[in-house]
Amino acid sequence: METNALGAKKRNAFNFKKWSRSRNGQQTFIIIAFMIIPLLLLFVFTYLPFGEMVKFSFYDMKYVGRRTWVGLQNYKDVFQRTDCFAALKLSLYYMAGALIQLVIALYLATILSFKVKFGNLFKGCMFFPFLINGIAVGFIFKFFFTRGYVFDTVLQWCGFSLQNLPYWLKDQSINNVSLVGTSVWRFFGQNMVLFIGAIMSVDGSMYEAAELDGANKFQTFLYIILPSIKSIVVLNIILSITGSLSAFEPPYVITAGANGTATYFVVMDRIAHTSQKVGLASAMAVVLLGIIFIVTILQKLFFKYVFRNAEDESPKKSKRRQKKLMAGKEVAAQ
Amino acid sequence: MTKRQAKKRGIAWPIIKYISLIFFSFVALVPVVSCLNTSFKTTEEYRNTNVMQLPSNIDFSNYVTAFKQANMGRAFINSGIILACVLVGSTIIGTQLAYVLNRFKFPGNNLIRNLFLFATLLPGIAMQVPVYKIMHDLGFINHLYGYIIMMMGTDVISIYIFIQFFENIPVSLDESAILDGASYFTIYRKILLPLLKPAIVTSMVLKGVGTYNEYYCANLYLQDKTKLPTVATSLYTFVGPLGSQYNLICAGVIISLLPALVIFILCQKQIYSGIAMGAVKG
Repeated sequence: METNALGAKKRNAFNFKKWSRSRNGQQTFIIIAFMIIPLLLLFVFTYLPFGEMVKFSFYDMKYVGRRTWVGLQNYKDVFQRTDCFAALKLSLYYMAGALIQLVIALYLATILSFKVKFGNLFKGCMFFPFLINGIAVGFIFKFFFTRGYVFDTVLQWCGFSLQNLPYWLKDQSINNVSLVGTSVWRFFGQNMVLFIGAIMSVDGSMYEAAELDGANKFQTFLYIILPSIKSIVVLNIILSITGSLSAFEPPYVITAGANGTATYFVVMDRIAHTSQKVGLASAMAVVLLGIIFIVTILQKLFFKYVFRNAEDESPKKSKRRQKKLMAGKEVAAQ
Repeated sequence: MTKRQAKKRGIAWPIIKYISLIFFSFVALVPVVSCLNTSFKTTEEYRNTNVMQLPSNIDFSNYVTAFKQANMGRAFINSGIILACVLVGSTIIGTQLAYVLNRFKFPGNNLIRNLFLFATLLPGIAMQVPVYKIMHDLGFINHLYGYIIMMMGTDVISIYIFIQFFENIPVSLDESAILDGASYFTIYRKILLPLLKPAIVTSMVLKGVGTYNEYYCANLYLQDKTKLPTVATSLYTFVGPLGSQYNLICAGVIISLLPALVIFILCQKQIYSGIAMGAVKG
């Protein structure tokens, strides 16, 4: 018995050695060696925390110390507390801002995709805000919006008087708009560069053909540029809506969430790191993730539906048009 | 359409075009330029003149004071260490992962791609609550290495840039090397990595700017602000008692964005192409 087992082991060991030298074995080795670190990092910093977050959301706990199981109480709190769920309303401001940003970016990208004098300089100027770190952006705009400082001065040049201007960061009727403005300021250049990339990848002869046909710039945009970069525009609409739900930076660095500017994540950050209510904060994160997934799926379905119809229609239409043309030619020939 | 109409439109469009370009460039630059302007003013001048008025003489003393007060020397050293480690680490990890995912078929290949893609959907801020706990349990808080390891792991866009690039390198190159008896590691190291250079530069520039500008996690995990400031978090010094001395703050802000400006001017092409490539992944 024993000798048999030993023999089998030997054979196995032999096979393993042989296998490890074969291409197959080497492949397995390289796959494992090259993937172990990234997968470990992905697990430790993404999926493990994700699981932990779901677990934490059922406990009343701090970062250190004892935890008690509270069941669904944290979730009830998220929906009942006045500061949590109400903060999601602010996302509407950010959604509006994101859509305006997309329109500006598309417009400027269309201009800059064709020959423009100093095009690179303009592009650089508008893109640069994207490269400034968040804290610096915070200081720049605290300064910018201070009473009587930069923004007020510029408006005074345009003929406004200081008395009629609101306090941009304190006045609750306007401060969220100011904050959204800073977000648009920071990202419209980045969006623009992205759209320029997409427009440049469209076949240039299409534009020439359109020009020969006498299309004006607006028609060129509507019938050639927009359809060709449709998928990127849709992707960015989806990203901007989910992004607005998780808006965080502008209020965090500029107003620290004061005066009714605290978005959902600013509230969550405060609950997690100032009040140390880790359970409640985790529940808030889980709820928002749920909402983001649902919204993403709904949007994908919506756009799929819209585009399927469009794609179904267009070949039919073009066939019909061709038939008409043929008929016309026949008539002409007769 | 008459000729005159065409001519009219031919003039109107360029005017609108350049006015919009100038307007939006102005909007983008005003906040930064006014900051630069104020950073040259002495405290007295800053208090007594309008912010948009040019300084009487260009004075760098605010820069010296801000640099000292915010401990920016230390901050630049720390940011330099972090950048070097994160860039080297994430490039090695990213290229290796992309190599394996692109060149080999094995069960779970698609699953792993999807795991990385799904990770992008989770908003980073939300994840920091449990990540903080994990960092705490691992003893990673208040250590540069902890922050560096965390920053290396969370990079999906460069992996996608690498995978796209690998797709354009013909597999026949690998095959001929295998016939010559090269091991897979040799193929990766000696043949593919050099070919990948443009993608590596692009991803490094993007990742570098991102890492340099990262402040939320740096603030959370490097709490010892006297020993472990990064350039971004060193600006926190100006919150509080110095909160209204904007001539000083502006100088600090301008110092902190100079490296990004230099990189931007040197590597415009890589930054633009990186952003365009990152967009295609969806």
